[in-house]
Amino acid sequence: MSTMQDYQSSLDDPNSRKFETFSYLPEMDQARIRKQVEYIVAKGWNPAIEHSEPENAFDHYWYMWKLPMFGETDVDTILAEAEACHKAHPDNHVRLVGYDNYAQSKGAEMVVFRGKPV
Amino acid sequence: MAKTYSAGVKEYRETYWMPDYTPSETDLLACFKITPQAGVPREEAAAAVAAESSTGTWTTVWTDLLTDMDHYKGRAYAIEDVPGNDDAFYAFIAYPIDLFEEGSVVNVFTSLVGNVFGFKAVRALRLEDVRFPIAYVMTCNGPPHGIQVERDIMNKYGRPMLGCTIKPKLGLSAKNYGRAVYECLRGGLDFTKDDENVNSQPFMRWRQRFDFVMDAIDKSERETGERKGHYLNVTAPTPDEMFKRAEYAKEIGAPIIMHDYITGGFCANTGLAQWCRDNGVLLHIHRAMHAVLDRNPNHGIHFRVLTKILRLSGGDHLHTGTVVGKLEGDRESTIGWIDLLRESYVKEDRSRGIFFDQDWGAMPGAFAVASGGIHIWHMPALVSIFGDDAVLQFGGGTLGHPWGNAAGAAANRVALEACVEARNQGVQIEKEGKEILTNAAKSSPELKIAMETWKEIKFEFDTVDKLDVSHK
Repeated sequence: MSTMQDYQSSLDDPNSRKFETFSYLPEMDQARIRKQVEYIVAKGWNPAIEHSEPENAFDHYWYMWKLPMFGETDVDTILAEAEACHKAHPDNHVRLVGYDNYAQSKGAEMVVFRGKPV
Repeated sequence: MAKTYSAGVKEYRETYWMPDYTPSETDLLACFKITPQAGVPREEAAAAVAAESSTGTWTTVWTDLLTDMDHYKGRAYAIEDVPGNDDAFYAFIAYPIDLFEEGSVVNVFTSLVGNVFGFKAVRALRLEDVRFPIAYVMTCNGPPHGIQVERDIMNKYGRPMLGCTIKPKLGLSAKNYGRAVYECLRGGLDFTKDDENVNSQPFMRWRQRFDFVMDAIDKSERETGERKGHYLNVTAPTPDEMFKRAEYAKEIGAPIIMHDYITGGFCANTGLAQWCRDNGVLLHIHRAMHAVLDRNPNHGIHFRVLTKILRLSGGDHLHTGTVVGKLEGDRESTIGWIDLLRESYVKEDRSRGIFFDQDWGAMPGAFAVASGGIHIWHMPALVSIFGDDAVLQFGGGTLGHPWGNAAGAAANRVALEACVEARNQGVQIEKEGKEILTNAAKSSPELKIAMETWKEIKFEFDTVDKLDVSHK
């Protein structure tokens, strides 16, 4: 049993709270985030930025940061908006969305700045 | 001029073989693989199948003349060689749409695969594909919600979902069963699943199972902050009992229930799918008994037809095979029926075993479910084959983890996310699979030990039912 590892997760540990796609991987650095933005652009999806207090992350609706960037294909512009949202709300989760208007769904959604666990 | 009555037996081909017929847009088209009895000409065998699956009887009857048989009859309009099989041939048959009750796969298949399959003039018979005209598709209820709605309800985007069938499949008490569910969900799976054999046996009645599983869902959602579900199997001995269990699942807030559409029956399934749409409950579909129908390459019903039946009858998920796991499944053929399950328009493609264009119009698609004998080493291939609109289900691959279900679930989740991230970066993930997983395991001890546990496990039996095109 000594080699067996306990699974660390509990209600009283806010670090147990996840936030869907890619939240089981280590937090992405800028280079990795850039690759995902490039994927959204290459797919022809509309990028958008949203944010939420970590304690309200389970809600379906997060706060939109401005409007979705319809037709925006410049990766730096998209990254700059995510950064600006993070600067304005440093304790919040900030997520990157790729709206797929043909599927009427989100083709991609991932937290790119992790907020302060509470 | 009116016809005259003449009693007796006519050759089928006089009436039902019409090589000059051009199918109408509203016709229902079928492709049968026919192995005739020795000495029966192809045209006669094809015409016989057309007759026996539509208006024909072995002898002329006077009441034929009270209707317009030329309108109602099925027409054999083409014959083709089967590549690699000189004993059999493909027969294409067109049926007028008004032979069938609207919205009833029960009625369609009572005709198409009814008495004709026991017919003496054919040695073996297989229904390879059916083209449902859009006019008929639109009379069917279809998936209760479909892929897009389920993603919104469950809040899962940009990746396949993860599931696990709880084992041992028989014998656990309800409370111990709920424990297994809870451990899987808190570790990072999106769904767990009742085994198809689990209905309401003496060792675990459905009511207690539903209660304890719901407790597991609630706690794992609070703990992980993610939406979770468990396919509560409502397959039951009678429709009344099935609906009673479905109602209770809804009452306690279960997001998804499950049904076995072949053993449960198409009538029960279509009714349950309509109930699910009315009540906002997702519907997972298992396919027990399918291999009895679809595995013999010369007799039965191909799974691509069973897939179409399910999409019309209704379900939000359907088991499709894994290609890479322990169960039968040829890769190109599997991709063919996955398309038929998910896409809105599928073009004829013989290299994938698809004989007809199929237009689904506005009918939603359903998630493909890959389940059976798969583990983390299969993840790169699964993500590559199935794409995002799938549920990848690791039963033994979660519960068999040396540190337990939660660790097993986390290992699968990390492996999945690493593969999706790499795919999005443009990496050839099947080729680079080992590197991707090894790298991801650096930050996940759960994945690392899982990779060591299941190293080198492969299933390399050849498939029994291959596409005919690949034989020569």
